[in-house]
Amino acid sequence: MSGDRVTKALLFISSLTILLLSAGIVVSLFGGAVPAFREFGLRFITSSSWNPTAGSEQYGAMSFIAGTVITSILALIICIPMAFSTSLFIAEYYRGTRTAGILRSLVDLLAGIPSIVYGFWGFYALRPLLVATGLTDQGFGVFTASLVLAIMIVPYATSLSAEIISMVPAELKEAAYSLGATRREVIFSVVIPSARSGIIASFILALGRALGETMAVTMLIGNANVIPKGLFAPGNTMASVIANQFGEASGLKMSALIAIGLLLFLITALVNYLGKLIIKRFA
Amino acid sequence: MNNNPQSDNVLEIRDLSIAYEPGKYAVNGVTASVKRNSITAIMGPSGCGKSTLLRAMNRMHELYPNIETKGDILLDGKSIFSMSVIELRRKVGMVFQRPNPFPNMTIYENVVAGFSLNDIRLKKSQRDEIVENALRNVTLWDEVKESLYRKGTFLSGGQQQRLCVARAIAFNPEVLLLDEPTSALDPIATSKIEDLLGELKKKYTLVLVTHNMSQAARISDDSMFMYLGELVESGRTGTLFTTPKDPRTEAYLTGKFG
Ligand SMILES: Nc1ncnc2c1ncn2[C@@H]1O[C@H](COP(=O)(O)OP(=O)(O)OP(=O)(O)O)[C@@H](O)[C@H]1O
Ligand SMILES: [Mg+2]
Repeated sequence: MSGDRVTKALLFISSLTILLLSAGIVVSLFGGAVPAFREFGLRFITSSSWNPTAGSEQYGAMSFIAGTVITSILALIICIPMAFSTSLFIAEYYRGTRTAGILRSLVDLLAGIPSIVYGFWGFYALRPLLVATGLTDQGFGVFTASLVLAIMIVPYATSLSAEIISMVPAELKEAAYSLGATRREVIFSVVIPSARSGIIASFILALGRALGETMAVTMLIGNANVIPKGLFAPGNTMASVIANQFGEASGLKMSALIAIGLLLFLITALVNYLGKLIIKRFA
Repeated sequence: MNNNPQSDNVLEIRDLSIAYEPGKYAVNGVTASVKRNSITAIMGPSGCGKSTLLRAMNRMHELYPNIETKGDILLDGKSIFSMSVIELRRKVGMVFQRPNPFPNMTIYENVVAGFSLNDIRLKKSQRDEIVENALRNVTLWDEVKESLYRKGTFLSGGQQQRLCVARAIAFNPEVLLLDEPTSALDPIATSKIEDLLGELKKKYTLVLVTHNMSQAARISDDSMFMYLGELVESGRTGTLFTTPKDPRTEAYLTGKFG
């Protein structure tokens, strides 16, 4: 065999491995989830009861779906103004300057901090602050988790949006300047409209991150298996319940956890797919 | 728009020097003038400072943060550096090398972009009139009147460039700066733009950077030849092409560099 054909074969084998691996994950998730769905049917998704007592076992994913969706969306809402203004600052207002360079490196640094460290910070630094405001007794709950989650996805959304904003062609901005537009007018009438779908996609991808984020949320959300009753009430997310209960689970409970994993996988895949689709249309 | 009809020169460039980095002059001590209702061509080899000089005429060069400018440019006798940039750029419009209509705007919106960008509110009837006039002036009206509400980026390159000219003249400027406006176009589109420029000089004063010597010879009234940031020679195009005074001009015209 010639070197070229060897390379081709090697590349083919590794691509095939990845394909088989992802197929394997999906198949085993489906396989593991079957008992739970067979037992509870669609009620597994709509029910919010979670009772592991032997004999009267009841498992429903709704509390966790609600927890995941609420914390992620809240995190996204907190993230948008921060990430949007930071990316404009880096990629437009202070483009090419030292300040922007330093800020960009800091953003990348933040993106690299492990989840568990954010969790610790949230637990020991942020939580006492929230308790001091008097809004919450223990500081655990949806809001605390969302706040830390927001801080975790800000760097990700910022660097993606900054990338998109800096891709807006200089010639379009120059055209606007040559028509007497001011900086603000150029940014709001040319830069943002041209980058709009890309910026939206960055936030959708950031949302995808928030949905699956586990450790920091687990440490802060309070781990109560109920639909959260308010902003400062405890709850649980899909990823957290799996992380918390996986160790001692077996039988039907294990299947229920796997089914939650499958649902989380489907939701995240859908959100990421949407984000990628929009980016593709933009590029 | 002849505010100052007794003066023949719209623009007077006085000992202008521009450096992107301290001490490195891209334009070096240029003194020249641009006559009203004429086409002035700026020629010279790549990197000699043509675009920098042209962009200084509506202060687009100031978009680069570390730029250093010495000397002065007068528009109708008044220093452009003492005017507001916005006012200046409405009087001195610009057309770029690559057609750059705003992709998020329709043809109609592109023509009136100068107004909408500056938050100048016009009645629908006024806008309609501006759009039709500007598009007629660039001989694009008949081609696009059925598709005014389509995106400008659907047009051919030559049509897009004429749309960009329409956008620049919608404000009825005094001067139109064009930086190699045909270098991205095919010969047919190029000749249409050249015809158009010949028409436009009746109303406006045009300054044209071009690499294409036969284009300069065909359509310009006056020419400037630049080399390494300096203005080597300027004068009537016919004279400059037939009897260049400087050996560098002659070398350029006979294709020895550039
Ligand atoms: N943004 C910039 N930063 C630093 N130097 C620049 C910048 N733009 C141009 N220059 C330099 O200034 C000089 C003149 O450039 P300019 O673009 O005015 O030349 P030009 O005659 O228009 O060239 P061309 O025919 O290739 O368009 C060149 O040496 C160029 O490298
Ligand atoms: Mg140039």
